[in-house]
Amino acid sequence: MKQYLLSIYQPQGGMPEPEFLEAVMTDLGVLRRELESTGCWVFGQGLHDPSTATVLRPGNGEVLLTDGPFTEGKEYLGGFTILRAPDLDAALAWGRRYALATHLPVEVRPFQGEAED
Amino acid sequence: MAAAASAAPATEIERVFRQEYGRAVAVLVRLVGDIDLAEEAVQEAFTTAVQQWPQAGLPPSPAGWIITTARNKAIDRQRREASRPGRYADAALLHARGEPAEEGPVHDDRLRLIFTCCHPALAESAQVALTLRLLGGLTTAEIARAFLVGEPAMAQRIVRAKGKIRDARIPYRVPADADLPERLRPVLAVVYLVFNEGYLSGSGAAPVREELRAEAVRLGRLLAELMPDEPEVLGLLALLLLIQSRQPARTAPGGALVLLADQDRSRWDRELIAEGQALVRRCLRLGRPGPYQLQAAINAVHSDAPTAAATDWRQIVRLYDQQMALAPTPVVALHRAVAVAETDGPEAALALVEALDLDAYHLAHAVRADLLRRLGRDAEAVRAYEAALARTENEAEREFLEGRLRELR
Repeated sequence: MKQYLLSIYQPQGGMPEPEFLEAVMTDLGVLRRELESTGCWVFGQGLHDPSTATVLRPGNGEVLLTDGPFTEGKEYLGGFTILRAPDLDAALAWGRRYALATHLPVEVRPFQGEAED
Repeated sequence: MAAAASAAPATEIERVFRQEYGRAVAVLVRLVGDIDLAEEAVQEAFTTAVQQWPQAGLPPSPAGWIITTARNKAIDRQRREASRPGRYADAALLHARGEPAEEGPVHDDRLRLIFTCCHPALAESAQVALTLRLLGGLTTAEIARAFLVGEPAMAQRIVRAKGKIRDARIPYRVPADADLPERLRPVLAVVYLVFNEGYLSGSGAAPVREELRAEAVRLGRLLAELMPDEPEVLGLLALLLLIQSRQPARTAPGGALVLLADQDRSRWDRELIAEGQALVRRCLRLGRPGPYQLQAAINAVHSDAPTAAATDWRQIVRLYDQQMALAPTPVVALHRAVAVAETDGPEAALALVEALDLDAYHLAHAVRADLLRRLGRDAEAVRAYEAALARTENEAEREFLEGRLRELR
């Protein structure tokens, strides 16, 4: 088994309509239960928006703190899921469902090394 | 017998290499689970063959000999490097999961390899390079030359793609039937792209172009052999064969392009035409039309006509109509307009062309120019030919367009 990181990218801007958000949360709940029941779920959670981020930069033996995200962009990492899958096709199949459920682009990336079967 | 088997000439070894390289790599990838190791082992096996076969003669089964030799070399290397951590520690890299270890008639290893090389998670340029390298046995330098890319850039593209296959674990597997239509699309696109690159691309040396066309036809034949029930696979092969059949008549002695209507049809390759047309008929019987099959059918209609004037243009317009119903793209609409010019006259065709949004495409301007020329609107035709010239780098095409311009001025 391998582990994959599914990163969900969100555009800057206001929150969507509550009804829309509710449908998304319902679909994500279904997906999570399915991942759990098949033993594929590792971890996943939404993130607070980038204005809540703090960056630490090392230099000259000191660490400098800055307020805000590492990079400012039109899109930011809105949340992620870590799952176990036998190969990329299986991970992409889950990723496709996340993209459809959230209406957002999803990046699938393999972790180094192996996960226990 | 001993005399007959002796002294395999270099051309024989070259033929075995062309024919069996892809199969050997495909089997080795399954056996050792690592593309780099498989390639190295197969190359070493061929190196040994080049040393031994000229004296010893071809073995009874050259492919079997290469695969066995390569497997032994791979096992040796794995043993030698077993103590070195890292390279093969990340084991089980490519899995043919849940499939029997033995080679089956349906799931030929080469089919697995094609689907791995043309996985949709890889960029198309990487799919093409991997397919030519792993299945065609082309060197990185040859592929770089064919696609007018520097060799280091091409090498990097291939290394990156192989790295992604390994690290993201792109499976070594033929997709399930349900996924097949979607997964087949990039496979067919890669083969067609290789052919077109060999047919009509920028400058490039002629021998490389011929090699690419031959490689595409070989891959097309392989796919048709491995997936005989997929109509689009047969359609693609038919299309390649029918286009290739006109190659001897396509260029004038000086290298200038000769249009279909002006070609010396006695120079067309009758054998390729017969094979292509038989495939088109087989597609018709399967009754599941698709874009490649329809393009092949259109080419078959052209191949049927003893002279350009005898072409059944109504049939061709009907086939374009079918293609538009499946996938209405502006490029298909442009080709349909060319056929309409023959059935309904240039005026009707011009109206169709002018409704299309294809300003960046040189062929759209060339078609419009030709229709204007036929309508006697010479000043407009000149401007359209100039617009076409400004949009193509291809030598043969430029020469053709410049010739037309000279006639009008």
